[in-house]
Amino acid sequence: MGSADMRSFLAFLGRSLAAVLLSFAVSALIMLVSGYNPALAFASMIRGSFGSANSFANTLSKSVPLIFAGLACAYANKGGIFNIGCEGQLYMGAFVSTVTALSLRGMPRLFVIIASILTGMAAGAAVGSFNGFLKAKMKLNEVVVAIMLNYICRFFTSFFVSGILKDPDSETPQTLPVGEHYMFSKLIPKTQLTTALFLALIAALAMFFFFRETRAGYNVRAVGENGAAAEASGINVARTMILTMAVSGGLAGLTGVTEVFGKSERFIDGFSPGYGFTGIAIAFLAGNHPLGILLSALLFGIIQAGSMKMSYEAGVSTSMISVIQGLVILFVATPELVSIRIGRRRTA
Amino acid sequence: MYAVEMKDIIKRFGSFTANNGITLLVKKGEIHCLLGENGAGKSTLMNILFGLYRQDSGEIRINGKSVENHSPLAASRMGLGMVHQHFMLVDALSVWENVVVGLEPGGFRIDRKESIRKVQELSDRYHFELNAEEQVGNLSVGMKQRVEILKTVYRGAEIIIMDEPTAVLSPPEVEQFLMILRDMRADGKTIIFITHKLKETLAVADRITVLRAGKSVSTIEAGNASARELAGMMVGHEVDLEIERPFNEAGGAVLSVEGLRLLPNAASTVSFDIREGEIFGIAGVEGNGQKQLEEMIMGLIKCREGRISVLGKDVTKLGTRKRRQLGIGYIPSDRLNRALLSSFSLEDNYLLGKQFSDNYVRHGIVRHKAVKEAAGTLMREYDVRAAGMDQAAGSLSGGNQQKLVVGREASDEPKLIIACQPVRGLDIGAIHYIHEILLKLRKEGKAILLISAELTDIQQLSDRIAVLYKGEILAARKNEDFTEEEIGLLIAGHREAV
Ligand SMILES: Nc1ncnc2c1ncn2[C@@H]1O[C@H](COP(=O)(O)OP(=O)(O)OP(=O)(O)O)[C@@H](O)[C@H]1O
Ligand SMILES: [Mg+2]
Repeated sequence: MGSADMRSFLAFLGRSLAAVLLSFAVSALIMLVSGYNPALAFASMIRGSFGSANSFANTLSKSVPLIFAGLACAYANKGGIFNIGCEGQLYMGAFVSTVTALSLRGMPRLFVIIASILTGMAAGAAVGSFNGFLKAKMKLNEVVVAIMLNYICRFFTSFFVSGILKDPDSETPQTLPVGEHYMFSKLIPKTQLTTALFLALIAALAMFFFFRETRAGYNVRAVGENGAAAEASGINVARTMILTMAVSGGLAGLTGVTEVFGKSERFIDGFSPGYGFTGIAIAFLAGNHPLGILLSALLFGIIQAGSMKMSYEAGVSTSMISVIQGLVILFVATPELVSIRIGRRRTA
Repeated sequence: MYAVEMKDIIKRFGSFTANNGITLLVKKGEIHCLLGENGAGKSTLMNILFGLYRQDSGEIRINGKSVENHSPLAASRMGLGMVHQHFMLVDALSVWENVVVGLEPGGFRIDRKESIRKVQELSDRYHFELNAEEQVGNLSVGMKQRVEILKTVYRGAEIIIMDEPTAVLSPPEVEQFLMILRDMRADGKTIIFITHKLKETLAVADRITVLRAGKSVSTIEAGNASARELAGMMVGHEVDLEIERPFNEAGGAVLSVEGLRLLPNAASTVSFDIREGEIFGIAGVEGNGQKQLEEMIMGLIKCREGRISVLGKDVTKLGTRKRRQLGIGYIPSDRLNRALLSSFSLEDNYLLGKQFSDNYVRHGIVRHKAVKEAAGTLMREYDVRAAGMDQAAGSLSGGNQQKLVVGREASDEPKLIIACQPVRGLDIGAIHYIHEILLKLRKEGKAILLISAELTDIQQLSDRIAVLYKGEILAARKNEDFTEEEIGLLIAGHREAV
């Protein structure tokens, strides 16, 4: 990284940090006004997420899907496409990988896991590239299409797990378990922290490398920056867009895969608490920087993991975390709120 | 009484000082020219005046009133208007929408009819020949420029800043434009006019301020100035701008264009060959098929009729990348849109168009070292002035952006160079330099298609000249067989001049 590069990255980090701190301050104010003790609330949030090895493992495991979702959104953003379809893509990823594992039952463990990961990613990629295709070739707005595809994917999977793929012994719509044997290995016993964490770290590093060092990464960035110039340089813009959405969809698919094979052991209808949408916020907070995403996903993981403890120790509702997350985004999105004040003071 | 007073303006970008204590005094009702080499700090100074940048120190008064920390909106309210070097238009909207945006007639609803009428009236008054309902995206660069000017006029600006407005105009358009400036002055408007063309300066300016390397050298009455003197003040020493085009033996055909239909309603198709070591100049006013020609050759738009071959290979159906790999360097007429990634570093911009070459990418991995080296060499050779390799291309001065693009496309031994408006926005020194480069490339045996609205470019450089009018070539001959007058008539569409 060049020095100017480094400087702008640090400046960015500073801005993000300022936004985070500001959002904590405002949430504290809200808690105060509503009659809670913010100091106690934040302390219990920290205890809840860092208090013990297990709670920290829990925090990390909550960050894993957020990393994948954040990377998925960031990848598309770099290519100039807003992928709001991660949610649908991750449902398809989770669903197809579960079906793969269920139908390969009895086969060797590694083979099944790898096959499930690949088919899950492929499913997400298929949905993503379809979206990309409609944008690149048919000039349809990717956001509108993605929102519709989200519904289609969500209800497509719902249809199957409520019907022919439903676990007959269960009340709720969900598939049979893929079997303990086929799950990712746990890093700490009795927690949900699995080797999926490594997969997430590898994905982030790979993406960092990809955009920095490879021609393909350069081409994606170039298309994202200026399609007309990219085209004149010889890049096939439509194909690049479609591939961008394929990769983004594949990463979103991984979000679903790792939830099944790391946590739930099966496909559960409606399992995602909106990872795909949180991913947008995470990518945004990280300025689409793959390594920044690790940090911002961790932050969101901490907030989410600590929310339970915050709720029963300080009595603050867990919905407070949505407020905090929302505020973070608000402050990142409107740097003017923070910096203009500072700028004014400096020149005055 | 001064309309604008800027005193001891200092503006730094990081460690780089773009304006280093500039003083500019503009009298009310005058046309004041701002001269200076590429990167001298003209646009920066004007951006400060207009409230887009904030100076680090120095004082500004508009109509005698001191202003501080003003926004562009506040500047507009004080009667300032700015026509930027790079257009700030919304392509998807129509001319009238672009003009009235923010100041629409009518109350809650926009009075569409009234808007169109007003805009059309203004356009007609200044002979802009715009159709108020046309979509801006469909307009040529020259026409877009007029929309920009219309915008400030519509807003009732009294002091109008024009940053290189003539860079994109053809000679007859420039004449008209200068008339407009004079009309505006007669109307009592104050104009700050940035241009690299001394002829224009001497034709309209009342007073001239020359900047050099971020400092104001001096302000003089235009009546006492000569082109030679001004050029000397800009660069700081005597300049020699003579250029000679020695005889050069042309080789085999590199580019062959056969029966190409540039415009759907063109009376005939276009055919020509360009041979090794030859510069083939296309003269004519922009908007007569130049853009179609460059984009068809590069494979950016489909050619429905006709054939293009490069080095004997039919490329009509090939994509842009394959064509470039045959050895085509491409300097687009619209450099900001087609040739640069504004927020990317200079290094990344150097790679644009070269990312499919083994010299810079091996096995899919970018060879940063090679790119950096080559980019560094280019910046030295072409005197691209930048704070460093990390600077964003969009923040280079206009002329330096152009030098970057020309240098990039001329490097790595292309066989054919499609040079469209290659000297647009360059200072006289840089133009001279680009001319020399093109002649050097010609001497090295490269085939060059030169599309330029600048007749001097075409005449000084071309071995053969074709005049493009409404999508057809009215005449194509050896340079020596045309008189300047003939070309001028042909450009205007007077076929009988042939
Ligand atoms: N935002 C910026 N960040 C860093 N450097 C900048 C920025 N804007 C301008 N500069 C630098 O300041 C110098 C002056 O630029 P400016 O655009 O004012 O030149 P100019 O006189 O308008 O030149 P030209 O005739 O080429 O348009 C240039 O060297 C440019 O690289
Ligand atoms: Mg400029």
